[in-house]
Amino acid sequence: MNIRSQPLSESPVALEALGAVAPRTIRQPRSFAPAVIVSLIFLAVLLAATIVPQAFTRFDPLVGDFTQGLKAPSLEHLFGTDRLGRDVFARTIHGTRYSLLIGLGGMAISLAFGIVLGILAGQRNRFLDEATSRVFDVLSSFPGVLLAMLVVTFLGQGMLNIAIAVGIAGIPKFGRVIRAQTQLVRDADYVTHAVVYGLGRWQIFIRHVLPNVLVAVPVIATVYIGNTILAVSGLSFLGLGPQPPTPEWGVMLAESRDVLRVAWWPGVFPGLAITLTVIAFTLVGNVIQKRFEGRLA
Amino acid sequence: MTDKANAAATQADDRLVDIKGLSIGFAGANGGAPIVRDFDLTVRRGECVALVGESGSGKSITARSLLNLSGDGAKVRADRFLIKGRDALTFREADWRRLRGTVTGLVMQDALVSLDPLRTIGQEVGEVLSAHRTLRGAHAIAARVGAVLRKVGIPDPERRAAQYAHQLSGGLRQRALIASAIAADPDLIIADEPTTSLDVTVQAQVLAVLAERVRDGAGLLLISHDLAVVAGIADRVIVMRDGRIVDGGPTADVLRRPRHAYTRQLLAAIPSAHSRGHLLASARFDIIGGDSGHASASIIREPLPVRQSPDDAVVLQVDTISKRYASRQSASHAPSPAALDCVSFDVRAGEVVGIVGESGSGKSTCAKIVLGLLSPDEGEVRLLGQPWSGVTETARRALRARLQYIPQDALSSFDPRYRVADVIGENLAGPTRTRRDRTVALLEQVGLNAGHLGRYPRSLSGGQRQRVSIARALAAEPDIIVCDEPVSALDVSIQAQVLDLLSALQARLGTALLFISHDLGVVQHIADRVLVFHRGRIVESGPVAQVFADPADNYTKTLLASIPAIDRAFAHSVGSNLAAGHH
Repeated sequence: MNIRSQPLSESPVALEALGAVAPRTIRQPRSFAPAVIVSLIFLAVLLAATIVPQAFTRFDPLVGDFTQGLKAPSLEHLFGTDRLGRDVFARTIHGTRYSLLIGLGGMAISLAFGIVLGILAGQRNRFLDEATSRVFDVLSSFPGVLLAMLVVTFLGQGMLNIAIAVGIAGIPKFGRVIRAQTQLVRDADYVTHAVVYGLGRWQIFIRHVLPNVLVAVPVIATVYIGNTILAVSGLSFLGLGPQPPTPEWGVMLAESRDVLRVAWWPGVFPGLAITLTVIAFTLVGNVIQKRFEGRLA
Repeated sequence: MTDKANAAATQADDRLVDIKGLSIGFAGANGGAPIVRDFDLTVRRGECVALVGESGSGKSITARSLLNLSGDGAKVRADRFLIKGRDALTFREADWRRLRGTVTGLVMQDALVSLDPLRTIGQEVGEVLSAHRTLRGAHAIAARVGAVLRKVGIPDPERRAAQYAHQLSGGLRQRALIASAIAADPDLIIADEPTTSLDVTVQAQVLAVLAERVRDGAGLLLISHDLAVVAGIADRVIVMRDGRIVDGGPTADVLRRPRHAYTRQLLAAIPSAHSRGHLLASARFDIIGGDSGHASASIIREPLPVRQSPDDAVVLQVDTISKRYASRQSASHAPSPAALDCVSFDVRAGEVVGIVGESGSGKSTCAKIVLGLLSPDEGEVRLLGQPWSGVTETARRALRARLQYIPQDALSSFDPRYRVADVIGENLAGPTRTRRDRTVALLEQVGLNAGHLGRYPRSLSGGQRQRVSIARALAAEPDIIVCDEPVSALDVSIQAQVLDLLSALQARLGTALLFISHDLGVVQHIADRVLVFHRGRIVESGPVAQVFADPADNYTKTLLASIPAIDRAFAHSVGSNLAAGHH
């Protein structure tokens, strides 16, 4: 059915023709800025730490040796130990899983609802547009963290709920971008004229509108993922997310407050992890955004 | 001959621009090689020099170098680069700034983009005056603005000066742009495709304004891709290709007895009544009579394949359709002018029907209704005898393959994610295997090949894109194709190839064409019958030869008189030169 699945470019002629167009195609330079390369490496490490945290450290993130409490960073304990003698490095590494997964989960919820509502709003139907746009207005009239706190108050604490909370707070952001993109694609010549070539409404939507709307998703997703992770950590810090002794970064920050006067390391390292993660995602997101810029229309 | 007399009479200090051995390059672009090479140019007072070439020939960049606006990182080198006798190579940015507006004025192509939407025409034109402190005081400037607007033929200048660019029609806007270019009385006007986006009647007015400035003693450097436009106004023509001058000289010599093969090819490729039934791209120039001065040039063209004779079956029947767009601001309940008013016509099998008219004449509305994208308020469209307008899209879909479409801007009609194979394949039915073979066959039919299957349309040239668009239309094996300005975005030589392709395929397949164009030459070349649209009505219709040779309607007459045609241009200029000689 789908003609695109044909291995067209496998024929040598086609490949040659593609190569021959070099002067007309705008080839993006393949080299990245050093900051972006460092970010990519950092994100790769985070991914590894999410999947196999045990490979990075032999210490248990939950059980510590009371006698070894609040040791400064050393070769034995890279990031030192906290009040209960738990290795901060082990906790930071193990915490990646929680912070990243909750962040991504929240993002997935924002995206799912944002895409559906945004596409509905982008249709030519006035009522649908008004209705969904007002939903976006109401949601975005609350500060994100406040809205998430409200949701958590209703749903109760916990990792899934905090993902839902952050996800709901993010819906208007994605919804508005998707709405604008839908309107852009909807009015493009190749969509308005597709009907001339005998395509039905749904065929046009599935083949032409939807894929071209979704082109925008990776761009906004990578730009906003940093925000989501930050929001998750913030809520955890306030005690609304996973509860101690879960080694989530925000939780670790909250726990470190009490000992900050005598020991800086239990707080600084998870804080650094949050900051670097957000920066890395933002830098990579910007690169992806630039790549896609010319292709959104 | 008068040209020679003029040349002898002129003095060296007449030269506004004197350039020798100009080369312009960009580091990194074009492999570091200059984009413009060995370019010589002189423009004198009271002289119009035309720079002609197809897109990418370097004509715009050359002209802009006269204002030092050829772009960031441009490396301009020249043996001699004098502007009003001063060496421009030693100019600093401040010197250039003093020059712009007062010595050189630039008229650009698209007035809507070139004029600031947040400022009135008066402010826009007055800015040139205040920026150079040529005039002080709001009253003096306002008076001058009014005078300049009147000079470029804008009626009621006081009222127009207070309006914004979007409130003016295309012709007035272009004239306002000219006004801002000439406000500070520059010695040299550089006009970069000043009439390209305009209707023929408006184009004639704008050219007249420019010609008037030349008569008043300004120098004009006119950049155009259209040889016919140039013929009526230019004293000398320079033909550019790939950044080099390939031909040049007095207009009459270049256009009537072209020496260079490229100029000949350009001239021969222009569609007109004479080229009917023949191929354009392979046409050759033949000059008989030697150098006696009475040499007559003729163009030898190959005939098209024999056409299947059109039969009497009516493919498309448009019966007294009307369309009115609701206008929001008409508080007075006055009915908005009809976009289409009782339009009726038939298209028979194998027939090519041309639709001509200016922008706003209802051509596009008519096309949309025929395509079934818009339903008429009154009247009915029937396709192959079956109801087409006024039925649901689902009912139309069975007949969709019978009526196909070739748009003006092919690229925007392709899904940006689709490769050529997908674009054409989408319009084919049947199993994947046969579809691919059909796609290749179609590509070969339009002069492309299997190598283009995997390419993205955006990586193709304009002509190739239009070929893909033709292949897509043919894929459905339609009875009629609506062609909406299919060649108006293309260069002359590419236009010739696409027109040849269209007419050859039409002749072979016997597909009826509804061919919409603002270019009367193209319609004369390809159409059997023509419908002239004006203000939503068909003011005249009939066989092409009859309508063009003997127009009955006043509007048709005006339209025909406005087309710049190379032959008529010389009839005019010879007349005016003689008149000048008698003084």
